[in-house]
Amino acid sequence: MNKFDPQRTSALVEASLKRRYRAEARFKLYGVTSIGIALLALVVLFTDIISTGIGAFRQTYIQLDVHYDAEVLGISDARNEKQLMIANVDGVVKAAMRARFPEVSSRGDRRALYSLVSVGATFDLQDELKQQPDLLGQHKTYWLLADDDIDSYFKSVQAGESYAGRVSEKQIEWVDALRDSGDIKTRFNRRFFTSGDSAEPEMAGILGALVGSLLTLAVTLILSFPIGVAAAVYLEEYAPRNRLTDFIEVNINNLAAVPSVIFGLLGLAIFLNMFGMPRSIPLVGGLVLTLMTLPTIIISSRAAIKAVPPSIREAALGMGASKMQMIIHHVLPLAMPGMLTGAIIGMAQALGETAPLLMIGMVAFIVDVPGGVTDPSTVLPVQIFLWADSPERAFTERTSAAIMVLLGFLISMNALAVWLRRRLERRW
Amino acid sequence: MSTTMNDTFLDDNANIPEQAVGAPFSDDAKIAIRDVSVAYADKKAVHEVDLDIGRNEVIAMIGPSGCGKSTFLRCLNRMNDTIDVCRVTGSIKMDDIEINDGKLDVVPLRARVGMVFQKPNPFPKSIYDNVAYGPRIHGLANRRSELDDIVETSLRRAGLWNEVKDRLDQPGTSLSGGQQQRLCIARTIAVSPEVILMDEPCSALDPIATAKIEELISELSNNITIVIVTHSMQQAARVSSRTAYFHMGRLIEVNPTQQVFTNPDHQLTEAYITGRFG
Amino acid sequence: MSASVLIVCMGLMLLAAFTLGRGRSLSVRGEQRLNSLPYFYGMLTVMWSALPGVAMLGLWLIFDDNVIEYVAMQYLPADMRSVDDGERSLILNQIYNLAYDQGATLAPDYMVSAAQAVNRMESHSRWLMSVVVLSSMAIGAGLMWLRISPALKARERLEKWFRTGLQLCSMIAILTTIGILLSVLFESLRFFRQVPVTEFLFGLDWSPQGAFHADQASSGMRFGAIPLFAGTLMIAAIALVIAVPTGLMSAIYLSEYAPSKLRATVKPLIEILAGVPTVVYGFFAALTVAPFIRDLATSMGLDQWVAVSSESALAAGLVMGIMIIPFVSSLADDVINAVPQSLRDGSLGLGATQSETIKQVVIPAALPGIVGGVLLAASRAIGETMIVVMAAGLAANLTANPLDSVTTVTVQIVTLLVGDQEFDSPKTLAAFALGLMLFLVTLALNYLALHVVRKYREQYE
Repeated sequence: MNKFDPQRTSALVEASLKRRYRAEARFKLYGVTSIGIALLALVVLFTDIISTGIGAFRQTYIQLDVHYDAEVLGISDARNEKQLMIANVDGVVKAAMRARFPEVSSRGDRRALYSLVSVGATFDLQDELKQQPDLLGQHKTYWLLADDDIDSYFKSVQAGESYAGRVSEKQIEWVDALRDSGDIKTRFNRRFFTSGDSAEPEMAGILGALVGSLLTLAVTLILSFPIGVAAAVYLEEYAPRNRLTDFIEVNINNLAAVPSVIFGLLGLAIFLNMFGMPRSIPLVGGLVLTLMTLPTIIISSRAAIKAVPPSIREAALGMGASKMQMIIHHVLPLAMPGMLTGAIIGMAQALGETAPLLMIGMVAFIVDVPGGVTDPSTVLPVQIFLWADSPERAFTERTSAAIMVLLGFLISMNALAVWLRRRLERRW
Repeated sequence: MSTTMNDTFLDDNANIPEQAVGAPFSDDAKIAIRDVSVAYADKKAVHEVDLDIGRNEVIAMIGPSGCGKSTFLRCLNRMNDTIDVCRVTGSIKMDDIEINDGKLDVVPLRARVGMVFQKPNPFPKSIYDNVAYGPRIHGLANRRSELDDIVETSLRRAGLWNEVKDRLDQPGTSLSGGQQQRLCIARTIAVSPEVILMDEPCSALDPIATAKIEELISELSNNITIVIVTHSMQQAARVSSRTAYFHMGRLIEVNPTQQVFTNPDHQLTEAYITGRFG
Repeated sequence: MSASVLIVCMGLMLLAAFTLGRGRSLSVRGEQRLNSLPYFYGMLTVMWSALPGVAMLGLWLIFDDNVIEYVAMQYLPADMRSVDDGERSLILNQIYNLAYDQGATLAPDYMVSAAQAVNRMESHSRWLMSVVVLSSMAIGAGLMWLRISPALKARERLEKWFRTGLQLCSMIAILTTIGILLSVLFESLRFFRQVPVTEFLFGLDWSPQGAFHADQASSGMRFGAIPLFAGTLMIAAIALVIAVPTGLMSAIYLSEYAPSKLRATVKPLIEILAGVPTVVYGFFAALTVAPFIRDLATSMGLDQWVAVSSESALAAGLVMGIMIIPFVSSLADDVINAVPQSLRDGSLGLGATQSETIKQVVIPAALPGIVGGVLLAASRAIGETMIVVMAAGLAANLTANPLDSVTTVTVQIVTLLVGDQEFDSPKTLAAFALGLMLFLVTLALNYLALHVVRKYREQYE
């Protein structure tokens, strides 16, 4: 039989088609499945985070009639700072609770009753009295911050879900009574955005971590962008083809892939131990993140510089501009959108980074909102890590909410980068 | 070539005939092409071509670059399918079967209508595996000895056997440019196609390698229909029996090669072969 | 003088330097033509003012503590001055505490006078630093000012400085690498002086939290890192088993099959996965995936045969795999797109189906690039920290059971270094030894991967 007979070929090809198209369909199915897995993971991740975290943006408050009884407070003049400091505001809150539920008498029950309201309520009333000293001796109705367990319980009641937690039968009774009289409700959780960390979940906010993150990012940006651009300009416009240049390039490419935790070790050994810088400060965090993001910024800046057409360089040099003038007047302005895109992506990477900052002590429990780059602080991802580790249920909710805020920042930064890149594409 | 000349010929639509002049049709057509147009997105690259390709003939397509001859060639085995924005309209019948039909399976079609490309494109595999690739995917050989046989015969027919028989396991990319192109031809004939489309197969090769390929084309034309697009008029004259001249996406003239190069029917053809533009 | 005032003063100094330098060039010009524009003379003067200023500032900040400590030690009796490093830092701590009025109870007189000296010097130090910095700036600018003449090639000099400055910036990459190497190397060497290398590399028992004893042999600490290496490899392997096929197939489908509209929507969606911070994945793994896997395994009755833990290698590996999918897919996308279209045409022209073309031509052609991408992904998986810290656990189990909790190199680095550290304890130093291992392994993987990818790119360029 002649193997080169076209008719034989045709027959054999036809015979093979069914099997081959099955293979084709299978192969395509693998592809679709893979994409499906990736997208499913994305959907599950986001719905999981959002469904656990959305509750944290609302907070339960209890309405009580508060009597600023001078006797209970143990002070005579609310204008006196020192007196105010030692005022027994807690007693006022407890009295208000007793007044609301007069039937509760035993000590144990009373303690359970008092724990309906957060200690945060005490601080709020203290501030209120400081602002309006005339309130001393007066009655006023407030919505007071509820304890985190009551918050969790009340939210699960609102959502119609079953609840298994640390709320006692009695407390449930009281909450139901408050609900019947309309004295318990959830409101937008402003405190979450306006306060620092706290051991009490209902009082904990992300402002401290957010400010810490912004300070750290500011240090990172101020250092890494100029240095990164300078290095990129050198490598693209000046560097001779020699061993040193090759070595620099190998180092940059390699550093881009070094695990971030290693940069933490570097920061610990060099900045903290050798230079004796303090722990937990945004300045050191920024330095470490600068070293970490430099490769990203250098690589993207180089790409942006490469994209500037050589004809523009020739035109500038042809006019008699020096090399420095050519770079500063022509290359850098034209490459700027691309370099900014790279910088934003580098900053997004730095904003989400956790491990190296753990190494340099940014995991401390810090209540105050930092005021400068040398104040001890933490950052948003580390705050997430800390809250994720906390045993309280209410912190889980807050962790997810903090993640939503972090992701919000990251998505806006990336959207900005995409927008910049689009503008860049329009130019060439 | 002066600009004025060029402009005169390129812009003067009055010169372009409704239908190709000469002898575009054949009594024994292997492929009958009627009213074929090709468009990329909204830009039309080939305009209403009517042409018959005869059984076991070598037909050359010539014309200035960008005239649509390569695009036209790629319609004949539906390679234009690989380009998303490309739309082909009209009828292309091979042995009375419509080729330009979305429902037609391109796999058996391409097994029957092979293609050799402008730049030699051996797969990054051994010489043996390059040639055995087609027979393997189509299931043309059941035993190793059969496959060996197909590979050897194909390489012999491509005139490459003596040069490579001792190093069949070396990568195809290690060969010289001319050898690579002959390897690609061997790869194509290993599936015993009825038609081979050649898209400027010698444009990347030196004259000696070109001569070898041209010799090969003549031999293959004994039992295979060959459609060759070429930039070189000399090559068209050497290898083809008929020549088709394309101009700005239109088929201008089809005639026996001898006639096209000595006494063309159309003034555009004449202008092209006498080198007034190109 | 506070930091911000100093910065403002330095800025004013630079402004003055510019004006003076520029003015000088105009006044010495006379009838001659200036070599460069007056602007360049001004900038050159700024350069010569800024360099000594910044240099002095840096030196002062680095060394002032050492000087203060040295002087403080002079107040102590002779036998206290010649103690080893550990005791010295203890003594210094006491002095600082005294100086800052913390726990100032019952200190010997010499300590009090040392503390007073520290206080004096610290308050003087700031002033002195400002004076030194600003005067060095003035001297620098003055020297330059004197040298300005019409023949001075100010522009050329400035260009040279510009170039040198840029070059120094690019050298930071080398300095960082050296810094990493030195910081992990030195502490590792100190560690290996206390714990033999062979125990570290081949020991099967890891328990660094044993009771603290000066005598290492009698304490409960064990530094056999094999369970860590095994845990790291297991989790990385699980991650790669998930990420490599999924990422590769997504890239193939998107670049070879998907219509451009689908590609334009799905690609950015998958890339969102790459932008999610690792701490978020860690939370997801610990809170959702790990309990799910544990419950699933328990409901299948697996806990009767093997240990099922709430922190499992499988959960960490699974989530890490998801994290790496976009990384693999974008690298694979790059290399697949680098395969020339002519190869695809050659195969399709022979009548191959698309999947045959991909499997037998495109993937073999792209293989070096894909291998490089997988190596980079492996390097990422090995070095990934937060997911494993939050989801894999701390127990150094040597097990092949992915449902059990294991620990990794990065988890131990974090655990050993977070919180208070004593820089002499082998516990802290062990973290650096682990860091050294991690750095060397990832360095090798990265280097190999980049080399392979570069060779591959050259092949098709």
